[in-house]
Amino acid sequence: MGSIQLQQVRKDFGAVSIIKGVDLMVKDGEFVVFVGPSGCGKSTLLRLIAGLEDLSSGKIIIDGKDATDLGPAQRGLAMVFQSYALYPHMSVRNNIAFPLKMAKASREVIEAKVKYAANTLNLTDYLERRPGQLSGGQRQRVAIGRAIVREPSAFLFDEPLSNLDAALRVQMRVEIGELHNKLKTTMIYVTHDQVEAMTMADKIVVLDLGAISQVGAPLDLYNKPDNLFVARFIGSPTMNIVKGPSAAKRGADTIGIRPEHTEVSSTAGEWPGTVRVAEHLGSETFVYVEADGLGQFTVRVDGEAPVHAGDRVFLSPREPRLHKFNAAGQRIAA
Amino acid sequence: MATRQGQALGRLAVAPAVAALAAWSLVPLALAFYYAFLHYKLDDPDNTFFAKGANFYYFVTDPFFAKDLFNTVALVLLVLVITVVGGVLLGILLDRPFWGRGIVRVLVISPFFIMPTVSALVWKNLMMHPVYGFFAHMWRSVGLTPIDWFGSHPLMSVGIVVGWQWLPFATLILLTALQSLDEEQKDAAEMDGAGKLDFFRHIMLPHLMRPITVVILIETIFLLNVFAEIKVTSVGGIAGNLTYLVFSKLNDDNNVGEAAAGGLIAVVLANIVSMFLVRLIGRNLEA
Ligand SMILES: Nc1ncnc2c1ncn2[C@@H]1O[C@H](COP(=O)(O)OP(=O)(O)OP(=O)(O)O)[C@@H](O)[C@H]1O
Ligand SMILES: [Mg+2]
Repeated sequence: MGSIQLQQVRKDFGAVSIIKGVDLMVKDGEFVVFVGPSGCGKSTLLRLIAGLEDLSSGKIIIDGKDATDLGPAQRGLAMVFQSYALYPHMSVRNNIAFPLKMAKASREVIEAKVKYAANTLNLTDYLERRPGQLSGGQRQRVAIGRAIVREPSAFLFDEPLSNLDAALRVQMRVEIGELHNKLKTTMIYVTHDQVEAMTMADKIVVLDLGAISQVGAPLDLYNKPDNLFVARFIGSPTMNIVKGPSAAKRGADTIGIRPEHTEVSSTAGEWPGTVRVAEHLGSETFVYVEADGLGQFTVRVDGEAPVHAGDRVFLSPREPRLHKFNAAGQRIAA
Repeated sequence: MATRQGQALGRLAVAPAVAALAAWSLVPLALAFYYAFLHYKLDDPDNTFFAKGANFYYFVTDPFFAKDLFNTVALVLLVLVITVVGGVLLGILLDRPFWGRGIVRVLVISPFFIMPTVSALVWKNLMMHPVYGFFAHMWRSVGLTPIDWFGSHPLMSVGIVVGWQWLPFATLILLTALQSLDEEQKDAAEMDGAGKLDFFRHIMLPHLMRPITVVILIETIFLLNVFAEIKVTSVGGIAGNLTYLVFSKLNDDNNVGEAAAGGLIAVVLANIVSMFLVRLIGRNLEA
């Protein structure tokens, strides 16, 4: 239970095609993260899976059964929204109990499940409060609680942490990870936060303009991006891209090298340039270099590296870490 | 404006407005007080004297008083039921997209712009007339005996006319409130398995409680003073309210003193009713 399969899923709004034929297999218990730039269709794809939007064509198969024409409530999925979407006039208890009441569960069952959810999410002290009297993190937990009690075959999250501050985001990220380990339920999670994607996912789906650009484990995407889009999208700061003779010499149209795989030398190297800014963060230093004739490079070096604005430096890639792409932007196998 | 000089200047600047307001509201009230304690009849003006509380006594013990007090309250309640229930239903209807919604919205608002006297006459003669009225035609077309609306059910008929006029107000406020209902909440309720009725009961209605309260409070203040619709449909004798009783004291009995006393009593009653209402449902406005 909990597997979700998309077959050639398409969605058009009027004449505009938003989701352009997506094939995807989500295995039971997997934590899948959708990432992609704003407007690429992440939310739309999630809403299609949830049943909140009708497909233009294609099929959605949940637990081996065709769910394409099922309503949202019949699909056995639960969704956590970006705005939490709590019911403002109901207490936390009633918010969490709402799906159970709608399913006509008995009083005892509701009582027990609400208690369990509240325990799991540290909400026991807040059960009688209204959502308006809770902090952002607590609201998020209530939203998750409302999803848990339904015992869905999969959870769908649409950027659930984007309204929280940085510290709380880290905490909730860990909590959701723990929840996944505990419940072992399939989760599909939309985000445009690199760190969330890399740390939480078993499998990342990179979307670009309504189509899947690449699917894979986080480190696979990092080490072997299929194309330039994924290469630039995964990894922070973003990968340095070089065209021209340096690329041609290596038999490629374009080459890419990550900031952390670029060497800085004051004496010799492949690309000479001038340091524009050096950000010393203590643990590491980000150096922004204007390379002669090639544009801006980002380099990540030691915290103590003696680099300063205005220095003349030479950059060179660590050869085995180079990514090569052809004219169509596709990876050239090494 | 924080300096003393600034404050003095400010006071000077608002003085004309304050004076105008005072004249506007206080002078009529003071005059009403003055007349309420006089024995003063227009058909016998020479025989005018200080009457102590007699005017109040006669007004309250008038056989029409109890009936008209009841009518006042009944009319308010009837119109509130019509406008709130109708407003919620129309609001839900107009909130969803359909072909021609823009025009329908304008049409729904239009009764609000029609003068009460005009709409009352139109309803009485074109809609509810027992012989020529539209309803009479409808009744006859299905083989029923037409209802003589204003003849047999005057209070209800006035209520329908006034309700029709206030329906746009309620619809407008409730529609605005419905449009502010969070889309993600609708989605969440759908995921949670709430059907249309559940959604209405558990999410939409609680969301509307506050605007409904506002509609009730505002309408009540105006509905206590309905007059034109009763007057032009000539049902004041049976379906008259307190406002109408005050009018008839002056118009039919030429009794200035008792009319003034009745006016003051109506003001006090209106205040009691609104205070009661605010207590009863004002809680919704908090939180
Ligand atoms: N109901 C709709 N009607 C028309 N176009 C829509 C509708 N919903 C979404 N779109 C369009 O579909 C595209 C994808 O939207 P979607 O919300 O899925 O993006 P997203 O990847 O979730 O972006 P973000 O990261 O900003 O949330 C956008 O260009 C948007 O304008
Ligand atoms: Mg989105």
